[in-house]
Amino acid sequence: MIRFEQVSKRYSNGHDALKQVSFHLQSGEMSFLTGHSGAGKSTLLKLIMLIEKASQGQVVFNQQNLANFNRRNVALYRRCIGMVYQNHQLLFDRTVYDNVALPLIIAGYNERDLGRRVRAALDKVGLLSKEKLNPVSLSGGEQQRVGIARAVVNKPALLLADEPTGNLDPDLSAEIMDIFEQFSQVGVAVMIATHDLALISRYDHRLLVLENGQLVKDSGAENV
Amino acid sequence: MAGKPGSKETSINTASTRRGASNQSVTFREKTDSYFQNHQSVAKDSVQRLWIHPVASLLTLAVIAIALALPSGFYLLLKNAQVVTQNWDGRAQISLFLSDKVDEKQGMELGNTLRKHKDILKTEFISKEQALKEFEDVSGLKNVMSGLSENPLPSVIIVYPKSSEPDFLNILQGQLAKESGVDLAQLDSQWVQRLYSILKLGQRIVGALAIGLVLAVLLVIVNTIGLAIENRKEEIIITKLVGATDSFVRRPFLYTGILYGFGGGMLALFIINGFLIWLNSPVNELAHLYNARFSLSGLGFVNSFGLLIIAALLGLLGAWMAVGRHLREIEPH
Repeated sequence: MIRFEQVSKRYSNGHDALKQVSFHLQSGEMSFLTGHSGAGKSTLLKLIMLIEKASQGQVVFNQQNLANFNRRNVALYRRCIGMVYQNHQLLFDRTVYDNVALPLIIAGYNERDLGRRVRAALDKVGLLSKEKLNPVSLSGGEQQRVGIARAVVNKPALLLADEPTGNLDPDLSAEIMDIFEQFSQVGVAVMIATHDLALISRYDHRLLVLENGQLVKDSGAENV
Repeated sequence: MAGKPGSKETSINTASTRRGASNQSVTFREKTDSYFQNHQSVAKDSVQRLWIHPVASLLTLAVIAIALALPSGFYLLLKNAQVVTQNWDGRAQISLFLSDKVDEKQGMELGNTLRKHKDILKTEFISKEQALKEFEDVSGLKNVMSGLSENPLPSVIIVYPKSSEPDFLNILQGQLAKESGVDLAQLDSQWVQRLYSILKLGQRIVGALAIGLVLAVLLVIVNTIGLAIENRKEEIIITKLVGATDSFVRRPFLYTGILYGFGGGMLALFIINGFLIWLNSPVNELAHLYNARFSLSGLGFVNSFGLLIIAALLGLLGAWMAVGRHLREIEPH
């Protein structure tokens, strides 16, 4: 699904955010990405989202090198990836429904399919009753769940989450993890970046640990 | 393994990625339907956005409208002035004042001879007596004139040339001045010719003004759309993160640009027509005083429609320029 081959990222200020990172995440595989702050988690996610490009090495998605994508390809590629952001990245000038519908509108769904899919996604995160509200009026946890609904509404091949349970209580965290697991069971590759060691220990998923930009532990490497 | 090196146009391999997810692929028909749906909703949205800040939007529209109305209005005035001068232009004439030695019979003969000249359409002989009578009638100075011991007015032959082209008239005037018995050949259309030149100059000035103001309209739209893009920066970044193409991001701003252009054009038509209505009655009064039948002509349907189209295209062009400048700078980070 997504493969890093000796990927390094050096920012223009000279900071080496990632050094020689290699791993391969399979379809349907669920993984945690962890490490101290500044270890390179965000950079790794940005490389997958094509917000940044690798300085060295290759990031490969379904046999295609991301470095070869033109602007249009980048847009089409991002439609295959659902990302849950730590700061939610919601639009506060429209309803919850319209926020979740955005990826489908961009992908060109007609209104009938769109309504069905948006409500299914909102139902999954337990926010169906709040579709007409503005995200501003929701709690932090609810906003997080709107972000999750938006990330999964287009049935992505790869689901990325940056601290998805950061604002949630343990019960809600477990529910959200259930949703991610459901997706991985139907073939979606899931990568969850988190500090939450308690959360990680509760599940038996692959664990990638970054330290100063280097991948120091990969619990799933033996299985590949 | 890795994508073929150098193959920039790699299509995204989504088929295998959708494995497992109960995915219905979007058909072409559905895609085109939703494409038009998107255009519709974007168009509606850009109208609504103008209402969010009605005063600011109205000010922008007013600036665009004035910049469009000025050259259009001047153009209309010139066009009307040309209609007036064209009516007078046909009446270019040369008056030949005959010397006292020429009597009435000789004067008429001279008139008949000149009529055969290839450049002359017709001639008209006015004797001293006729001239005096006409003068008395028109001026109302009958008593004063009858007090004079002799008629001070000369006989006149009025020559109507075949053309009223300035160079032609000057040559003919020179020839006629040399005819024996002619004291003075006076070209009566000189002031019309001058006015004609002034109008030509006016056309050039209006042309330059139009170019300048069209550029101003363009700059106003570039600036307005540029601000709109800055205001929606967050939204652009988020839509790009969920896979929006450049054309998707560009679309609402292009509609806003067209809307500003079209709206400004409409307002300009109101201004121009209001101006015409305001001028119409004094112009009619003036025309009446000159015993002329003349009324102002407006832009008409074709020109009005053309103005709207040009305005909308200017809006589109301005928006395109603004989007081109800002869109690539706003990327997720």
